[in-house]
Amino acid sequence: MKEAYLPETLQEALQVRKDQKVLPIAGGTDLMIQHRREGGVAPAFEYPLLFLHKLKELKKIEQHTDQIIIGAGVLLSQLIEEQPVPELLRKTVRQMAAVTTRNVATIGGNICNASPAGDTLPFLYATEAVVLLQSLEGSRHLLIQDFITGPGKTALKEDELLVEIRIPYKEFKVAYYRKVGTRKALALSKISFAGLANFENGYLSDLRMAVGAVAPTVVRSREAEKQLIGLTVEEMKGKMQFVREIYSELIKPIDDARSTAGYRKAVSLDLLEWFVREEVCRGG
Amino acid sequence: MKIEFTLNGKPVDVDLSPNLRLIDVLREHFGLRSLKEGCGEGECGVCTILMDDRAVTSCIIPLGMVQGRKIETLESIRETHNFKIIRKAFEKTGAVQCGFCTPGMVVATEALMRKRNKPTRKEIIEAISGNLCRCTGYHMIIEGIEEAVQKREGI
Ligand SMILES: Cc1cc2nc3c(=O)[nH]c(=O)nc-3n(C[C@H](O)[C@H](O)[C@H](O)COP(=O)(O)OP(=O)(O)OC[C@H]3O[C@@H](n4cnc5c(N)ncnc54)[C@H](O)[C@@H]3O)c2cc1C
Ligand code: FES
Ligand code: FES
Repeated sequence: MKEAYLPETLQEALQVRKDQKVLPIAGGTDLMIQHRREGGVAPAFEYPLLFLHKLKELKKIEQHTDQIIIGAGVLLSQLIEEQPVPELLRKTVRQMAAVTTRNVATIGGNICNASPAGDTLPFLYATEAVVLLQSLEGSRHLLIQDFITGPGKTALKEDELLVEIRIPYKEFKVAYYRKVGTRKALALSKISFAGLANFENGYLSDLRMAVGAVAPTVVRSREAEKQLIGLTVEEMKGKMQFVREIYSELIKPIDDARSTAGYRKAVSLDLLEWFVREEVCRGG
Repeated sequence: MKIEFTLNGKPVDVDLSPNLRLIDVLREHFGLRSLKEGCGEGECGVCTILMDDRAVTSCIIPLGMVQGRKIETLESIRETHNFKIIRKAFEKTGAVQCGFCTPGMVVATEALMRKRNKPTRKEIIEAISGNLCRCTGYHMIIEGIEEAVQKREGI
């Protein structure tokens, strides 16, 4: 078996995926930390690495009439610098890590790492992004929430690679992102929140609220959203307690050193309410 | 495994494990001792180098990732015209105190000056967001970079 694979094309990479167990590596900013050993020793990986950085097929950023397609290998820095990237995604990425990390880290890596604190995820849940998975056998599409199955777990099969992310193209009157963390950029977030809303003739016509880092996977409640859709700004205010209760059930922070579970829950519910009261209502 | 890349302007190849950290290969195999390690986790920026003109932390980059790429360290950045301006500017504004963060700051500044002719203050702050400094409170460093950018303008 080889020590590692450095394919030049997606086809070659998929052949390697089919032939043996390997560990795909894009920017390595999660993998290198997860496999770090003390004292300047090379990190140890369970399988040979499959380097993805040379694959041009993973680098596209394209605007189509109904969607924006972003390759899995697009750097976080490119999401800030290049067009066409949805403004809310740009805003999200600006608050992730530091430039030096964003210069190697990829959006595909953030998704496949499937950390509850992965900062691009609330945006992707809110926009109902679809991931394209490819193997030599063919390709399949999954909604982001079906792709991410648990903390650190995805539906990716051993012969597949994540190739691109498709973000349905839609204009939102209200597009909001907020990250609450100990240090704005460097710390993995304690709470990462994306909210989108639209109004028609004074009534709320669309609402998406996704909260990250407060449960094993991103929390988004259609039930709560439905409670508010169709209402006027004034009517929405009266429903807030109900919305808090629904999210309160769903928010189950994994308690870790970064902050206590109770604090996270309280802050995320306040953040939700703030979003509806201030951001959404102002938009209407 | 054979890995080929460009290091400080020269094509090089090595036959080493692709899992090795780039910082170790550069220091031990190529003897580039200007490169220092701080945290080893991509947080402090002391080990910053340029990869394809972008500032990156070499402690979390595996060797295999540089295949076919352009790597530059302070050893070659020291020879650039920008560097002379940066050094003077840093001296003038007191941007160097203990000096621990300075190599990384210089590399990050070089990356910014290549990318932007007239970076804004916001862009400057963003460009050094991966470089921690325990001494200056960043103020003098930001001023140093502003000074360097202006001096380059003047010529
Ligand atoms: C200093 C520092 C700060 C950070 N700050 C943040 C932050 O603020 N917010 C945040 O969300 N994250 C942060 N991170 C984590 C990390 O940078 C991001 O999750 C990043 O997007 C991971 O991308 P990568 O390309 O480096 O992933 P890698 O480490 O290369 O890969 C991550 C996982 O995805 C898999 N993978 C990658 N690409 C593919 C593909 N195309 N197909 C199939 N599987 C694939 C890998 O096998 C691996 O399991 C930080 C990391 C560091 C070191
Ligand atoms: S030593 Fe590399 S970032 Fe700290
Ligand atoms: S000058 Fe001492 S750490 Fe920056």
